[in-house]
Amino acid sequence: MDTLRLVLEKREAASPFYRFLSPLLAIVMALVLGAVFLAASGFSPLKVYYYMWWGAFSDWYGISETLVTSIPIMLCALGVALAAKMLLWNVGAEGQFHMGAFAAAWVALSMPSAPAWQVLPLMVLAGMAAGAVWALLPAVPRAYLGVNEIITTLLLNYVAIYWVEYLVHGPWRDPVSLNFPLSAPFSSAARLPSLFGTRIHLGLVFALVAAGLIRLVLGRSKWGYEVTVIGENPRAARYAGMNIERNIVLTMCLAGALAGLGGMAEVSAIAGRMTRQLSPGYGYSAIIVAWLGKLDPWAVALVSVLFGGLLVGGYSAQVIGVSAASVNMLQGLMLFCVLATEALGRYRVRVVHAVRASGEEAGIDG
Amino acid sequence: MADSMFVSILSAAVSSGTPVLYAALGELVCERSGVLNLGVEGMMLVGAVSGFLTAVRTGSLAAGVLAALVAGGLMGLIHAFMTITLRVNQVVSGLALTLFGTGLSGYLGKSMIGVPLAVTFNQTPIPGLSGIPVIGTVLFKHDLLVYLTYIVVPFLWFYLYRTRPGLHLRSVGESPETADALGVNVFSIRYASVTAGGMLAGLGGAYLSLAYAPSWLENMTAGRGWIAVALVIFAVWDPFRAMLGAYLFGGIDALGFRIQVLGAKIPSFFLKMMPYVFTIAVLIIVTATASRRSSRAPEALGLPYERE
Repeated sequence: MDTLRLVLEKREAASPFYRFLSPLLAIVMALVLGAVFLAASGFSPLKVYYYMWWGAFSDWYGISETLVTSIPIMLCALGVALAAKMLLWNVGAEGQFHMGAFAAAWVALSMPSAPAWQVLPLMVLAGMAAGAVWALLPAVPRAYLGVNEIITTLLLNYVAIYWVEYLVHGPWRDPVSLNFPLSAPFSSAARLPSLFGTRIHLGLVFALVAAGLIRLVLGRSKWGYEVTVIGENPRAARYAGMNIERNIVLTMCLAGALAGLGGMAEVSAIAGRMTRQLSPGYGYSAIIVAWLGKLDPWAVALVSVLFGGLLVGGYSAQVIGVSAASVNMLQGLMLFCVLATEALGRYRVRVVHAVRASGEEAGIDG
Repeated sequence: MADSMFVSILSAAVSSGTPVLYAALGELVCERSGVLNLGVEGMMLVGAVSGFLTAVRTGSLAAGVLAALVAGGLMGLIHAFMTITLRVNQVVSGLALTLFGTGLSGYLGKSMIGVPLAVTFNQTPIPGLSGIPVIGTVLFKHDLLVYLTYIVVPFLWFYLYRTRPGLHLRSVGESPETADALGVNVFSIRYASVTAGGMLAGLGGAYLSLAYAPSWLENMTAGRGWIAVALVIFAVWDPFRAMLGAYLFGGIDALGFRIQVLGAKIPSFFLKMMPYVFTIAVLIIVTATASRRSSRAPEALGLPYERE
C-alpha cells in the first residue's frame, strides 16, 4: 500500500489529459447506471435517453429551452464554485435564489408604472443584495465562530422557501388568480428582455459576463490570489497576513449575490410574477455542476448547459411516463461518478507512470 | 386544562422528535468512527419510501421496517465505499448521497402518492407505566418504534463507552493510525459504522412514513436529515444528549402545530420555519461556546484513512 502516496503526488503532475477526460467518463458512467434503474422499472433506457436527447438538443426550440434552463443553474453554480475555491460549502444557493427572486419581485410589484431603465437595474441590485444577505447570515457565524456553514446554508433554504410561500399565499396573492398562489403579473417594463426571438433572455449575458469576471479576478487580482491561497493553504495565508474572516464573508456574499441574480432573472424573464414554482432545485443542481466543472468558471458554464439539457430532456421523457424525479436521481449518480472517476484517476496515473514514465515526462515538457 | 395542553405538547414532542432521533443516532455512530455522512436526508427518504412501499405491498409493518433498514444500510454502504475504499471527499459524497436519495425516493414512490396504508403503527400504551401522571402520557403512550429508542439510546451509550468494540469504534474515529497499529481493523469498523448509521437513518424515515404521518409524500423528511446532522454537534456526540436535542426539536415542531390549531393569527408558514431557525440558532450557540467545553468532535472526523 505504500505506493499510494506516490500516486497522489503523481496525479498532480501527470494527469491533465485524464482531468479533462474524467468528467466525460463520469457522465457516461452515470448514464449507464441510470439505465440500470430505468431498465429495472420496465423502461427501455435507450428510448428514454433518445427522448431526452431529442427534447433537449434535436432542434432550435430544444436548444433554446436548454439554454434558458441553464441560466439559473449557471448563476447558482458559479457562486457555489467561487465559494468552494475557498473550501466553503455553499449548499444554500436554492435559498439565495429564492430570496433574490423575492426582492426583485418586490421592486417590480411596488413600481408598476416605472419605465424599464429604472425598474430593471433596481431589480438586479435588489436581487443580488437579497441573495448576498441570505448568504451573509451563515457566512458571519462561519467566519468568526466556525459554525458549520453546510448545515446553516442548507437549513436557510427551507426558511427562504416558506417565506416565498407565505407571500404568494398571503399578502402578495393576486385577487384575480383564482386562488392560485401567484402574485399579480409584473408590468412589461419589469420583464428582462429576451434574445433572438426565443425565451433565452439577458440572464444568459449576465451569467457569461459573471463567468468571465470571476475567471479574470481569480487569475489576475490580488484578491483572487488571496482566495486561491486561502483555499489551498489557510495556514500559509494566515502567516502571510491575509484576512481570512473578511474573505470568507466577502466570498459567500458574492456567491449569494450570483444566486440572487439567478432568481431575479428567472422571476423577471420567465415567470413574470412571483410563484412558488420558480425552481425545480436549480440550487442543488448547481452543487453538482460546480464539481463537474472542477470549479473553473468556463467549465461550469459549459456543464450548466449540459444540465439544462438534462432537465429539458427530463421534461420530454415524462411524455413516455418517466417521472421527473429520475432526472434528480441521474444528477446524484453523476456526482458519485465524478468522485469515483477522480479517485480512479489516482490509480490510473500510477499504472501509466510505471510503464512509460519517460514518455509522460516528455509529454509535460512539450 | 393548561396542564393537559402542556402534557400533550410534551407527548407530541417525543413522537415528532423520534424520526430525528433515529437519524441523529445513526449519524453519531458514523461520525464516532471518523466518517462524516451528509447523506442523512437522502438515506431517510429512501428508508421512508422503501418502508412504505413494502408495507403497502405485503401488508406487514415488520416487513416495512426491515425494508427500510436494508435500504438505509445499502445507502450507507454506497457512502462507505466512496469514502473508505475510494477515499473521496466525505462532504461531497454525502451531498451526492442526499441528492441521489431524494431523486431515487421520488422515483420509487411516484405510484405511492396518496395511497393509503392499511396497517400503521398504533398507539400501544405500556400497561402500568402509562398510568403514571404526566410522565406516563408523555413517554409511555406511543407506538413500538418510539419505545425502541428507549432501548437503543442506553444500549448505544453502553456500547460506545463501556464495551471493547465500542472503544475500538471511538479509537478509529480519534486516531486511526494508533488504532491500526494496535491491530484494530479500521476499514471494517468504519464500514460497519457507516452502514449501521444508514440503517438507523432508514428507520427514522420509516417512522415518518409508517407511524408519524402514515403516507408517502415526495421530500416528506423536509430537512429532518440535516437537523439530525446539526443535533449530533449539539449532542457533542453523546446518545443521551442526542435524545434531549431530538425532543427539543420535536417540542418546537409540536408547539408550532399547536399554535396553529389554537387559531393564532401567526401565518402557518412562519411556524413551519421555526424548527429550522431554532436549529440554526442552537448550532451557533453551541459552536460559540464549544471551546469552553471539554468534549469535542472526534479527532479524525472527515479525514480519509490511508495506511502508511
